[in-house]
Amino acid sequence: MATVMKVNPTRMELSKLKKRLKTARRGHKLLKDKRDEMVKQFLELVRKNRELRASVEEKLKQVHTYFSVASATMSSQAVEEALICPKQEVTLENDTKNIMSVIVPRFEYSMTGSDSDIYSYGFVTTTAELDVAVGALSNILPQLVELAETEKSVQLLASEIEKTRRRVNALEHVMIPNLEVTVKSIVMKLDENERGNITRLMKVKDMMIAESRHESSV
Amino acid sequence: MNRIACVGDRDSVRGFMAIGFEVHTADTLQEAEKTVRALADSENVYPIIFVTEEYYNGMKHLISAYAEKVVPAIISIPGKNGSQGTGLAAVKELTEKAIGADIALNS
Repeated sequence: MATVMKVNPTRMELSKLKKRLKTARRGHKLLKDKRDEMVKQFLELVRKNRELRASVEEKLKQVHTYFSVASATMSSQAVEEALICPKQEVTLENDTKNIMSVIVPRFEYSMTGSDSDIYSYGFVTTTAELDVAVGALSNILPQLVELAETEKSVQLLASEIEKTRRRVNALEHVMIPNLEVTVKSIVMKLDENERGNITRLMKVKDMMIAESRHESSV
Repeated sequence: MNRIACVGDRDSVRGFMAIGFEVHTADTLQEAEKTVRALADSENVYPIIFVTEEYYNGMKHLISAYAEKVVPAIISIPGKNGSQGTGLAAVKELTEKAIGADIALNS
């Protein structure tokens, strides 16, 4: 419920409040637009994330089965030994991107070592199953990085949308109604004063006329 | 030089060694939590930290502490036991938080 603010009912306050009301309305409109656009971007990202997530999880599941097959064909130590010194190294360049003034990360990965030779082990002690597993995992790397990027963006955007939504609501349901009622009450009070003043003047005038009549009749 | 880190139990994450991730194995949740905290606090060296779902679910409070920061991105990946739908559930939760309803599901 809108409440009248505690301010003095003066013309000065009235013009101040009117200015505030105007600013609040403008801010409300801007924030609302911001929120709408962010929601739009957010939904796009969520959709993308959903697709990526589904495909990555599907492929990772595959990779895990490949690895279990690989460890079935060779000893666990041998698998470990084969994997422990990778030939390629993934380095990450992290940049930031601005979505509706929300800073989100952008990841750019680069690999050292050649693409064609990802197998960090000799072929003597390992089985072909391990090659398949490593190859499959290597193929999902770009998607993994992209998934991380979109998921983080979704996270950051979500909290910003929530904040903006709160602000919009506070302006819409508290600030603006309060200002409106206060402005109205000040206007009414000023009008009332004005009317009181006029009646007083009329009364005084009557009294003066009555007095002058009385004097002339004497 | 920024790297991608990966935390999980041995069987789930050892494959990532081969493609050049920095793999940290953890046998217990406490251990995993300690590792993730150390990785996340190490000043942007690990912008992406992958955590297996089993551990991810156990350390939600820790992860939410980094939710507002641009980096690191702590992302769940399915472990050797397959996906439990943690990743999708997290996004669903975020959608509900941001919009009030999970309307993206319908399209």
